[in-house]
Amino acid sequence: MSEQNNTIKGKAFVLGKNIDTDQIIPAEHLVYSLDDPEERKFYGRYALSGVPEEQSGLPEGGIPLVEDDAFESEFNIIVGGTNFGCGSSREHAPASLDIAGVEAIIAPTFARIFYRNSVDGGFVIPYESLNDLSQEVHTGDELEIDAKNRTVMNKTQNKEYDIRPLGSVADIVNAGGIFEFARKEGMIDVKN
Amino acid sequence: MTLTEKILAKHSGKSSVEPGESVWVDVDVLMTHDVCGPPSISIFKDQFGEDARVWDKEKLVIIPDHYIFTEDKYANRNVDILRAFAANQDLPNFYDVGSEEYKGVCHIALPEEGFTRPGEVLFGTDSHTCTAGAFGQFATGIGNTDAAFIMGTGQLWVKVPETMRFTFNGTSMPPYLMAKDIILQIIGDIGVDGATYRTMEFAGPGISCMSMEDRMTLTNMVIEAGGKNGVVEPDTKTEAYVRERTDKYFEPVFSDADANYHSEYQYNLEEMVPMVAKPHSPDNKATAIELEGTELDRAYIGSCTGGKLSDFKAAAEIITGNDLKIDTYIVPATTEIARGLETETVNGIPLIKIFKDAGCKIGQASCAACLGGPSDTFGRLNNQEVCISTTNRNYPGRMGSKESSVYLASPYTVAASAVTGNITDPRVFIHETII
Repeated sequence: MSEQNNTIKGKAFVLGKNIDTDQIIPAEHLVYSLDDPEERKFYGRYALSGVPEEQSGLPEGGIPLVEDDAFESEFNIIVGGTNFGCGSSREHAPASLDIAGVEAIIAPTFARIFYRNSVDGGFVIPYESLNDLSQEVHTGDELEIDAKNRTVMNKTQNKEYDIRPLGSVADIVNAGGIFEFARKEGMIDVKN
Repeated sequence: MTLTEKILAKHSGKSSVEPGESVWVDVDVLMTHDVCGPPSISIFKDQFGEDARVWDKEKLVIIPDHYIFTEDKYANRNVDILRAFAANQDLPNFYDVGSEEYKGVCHIALPEEGFTRPGEVLFGTDSHTCTAGAFGQFATGIGNTDAAFIMGTGQLWVKVPETMRFTFNGTSMPPYLMAKDIILQIIGDIGVDGATYRTMEFAGPGISCMSMEDRMTLTNMVIEAGGKNGVVEPDTKTEAYVRERTDKYFEPVFSDADANYHSEYQYNLEEMVPMVAKPHSPDNKATAIELEGTELDRAYIGSCTGGKLSDFKAAAEIITGNDLKIDTYIVPATTEIARGLETETVNGIPLIKIFKDAGCKIGQASCAACLGGPSDTFGRLNNQEVCISTTNRNYPGRMGSKESSVYLASPYTVAASAVTGNITDPRVFIHETII
């Protein structure tokens, strides 16, 4: 995960609303080890494989995040509709996006557990947008997220959008996850 | 303060907390299972050391339940990892597959084993951990990293949620109404993100008349509205249920009369009707009557939401003496419930006999097809099946193939629909009532 003040540049992959964790990583794939470097890659391969074809890579649809035989995606910024990441508490969901090469997700609202897992595990940065950008951004658009100025530049469409500040989780995002944060704060040393 | 605020204040050593505030709380119980346990254990070892001990072995509960009766080698490896960790850490609360202790679905096993105590804090690596709020406990789902953090420290940060209060008026449940209908109505009303980051508190005279299992159905599905947790104030029924299962001391907590709520909703039980969530979202509500005639391929009765003994009893009341038009799968949530199917009766006939005589397929206690799972999972939707189910989610592909479609409904409605082969309002089978 990049630090909050850095910029993230790359290609957008656009999805609709209520993208649940079963669409992000279907339950049948939750058997691979996240530690084994060879098995772990399959989380990347199957990231977003549960999204119905016509809703994958909007507005046209029919675009997978990761090509059939690949393990990583050419898209590194996901733009979603409201309630992104609803459903189960599986941390494999933000992990699979991270393994596929996704660095950030921009959505108007996130489901709570997914948001928390993204931040505490240091997988992807969940940015809340003021408006629903899934209605404006097209899959493949070149985006640049400027966290410091809270903007997203769409270089393909020459438009600029606003994102909200990370708020109370900024320290954890900046630290790179809950463990890194707790060490920095002296919490873990105190407890152990 | 509300019940939830009081629990979080007490567990963070504060006299009071405000919604929006982040606090570090002491954890009373951490639950994990076969899907999220192994990666949590791995992070724990990575962060605290190979030889690190968990913070309190009495407070870590490991309940394998997701992928149990499968040939999938990776799934079975996950159970082996749990087994080795439990042995190494000398954990007293591990409910191993293939042993006498094996339970099945964690959210039903936790209350059965006395871990859902009023006033306490429970975290679990599963989104339906919120079920335990039925007992006046603060209970919510977390990921692997947070679970690993608790394993090492016994603590976790929580943002104090605002509370939405749902008051049920009425002194009894109408004979055709189940808690599932009520929660589907509420989710349909407020939407799948209608309670995001918030607590859903269920109260009023209508709650008093509900059994603990009814209350568990309500709190189980708060996550389907995005809720952080759901709670019901403990009463004599709660106390009796918990006391039967544990000797451990607990202190019930109640909302103050002047507590501040984000919003308040009122429902009259007498006016509520059998509800269905259409594909592919739990808030895609319709009444069962509106959908009458919708053709089905399969009925499924099981899971933490709809696989409790009272759920099977309700289904059996309708199925008894009838032939079924579609394949009907019965999956008891736990081994205790599986035994209950042999002893509980309708008109003197054991539930298991009613189901077998009607041609139902009976599975073993586990999560089974509620979340699809490996391809050989019992009841999994592998093609374009249209299924009506007592489970909790119907997003695309939830029960297996993304070509399949799932309607969510109460055990009464699912059973009535199994008898006719299409979606059917159960009131046609419940003779005391007239539509």
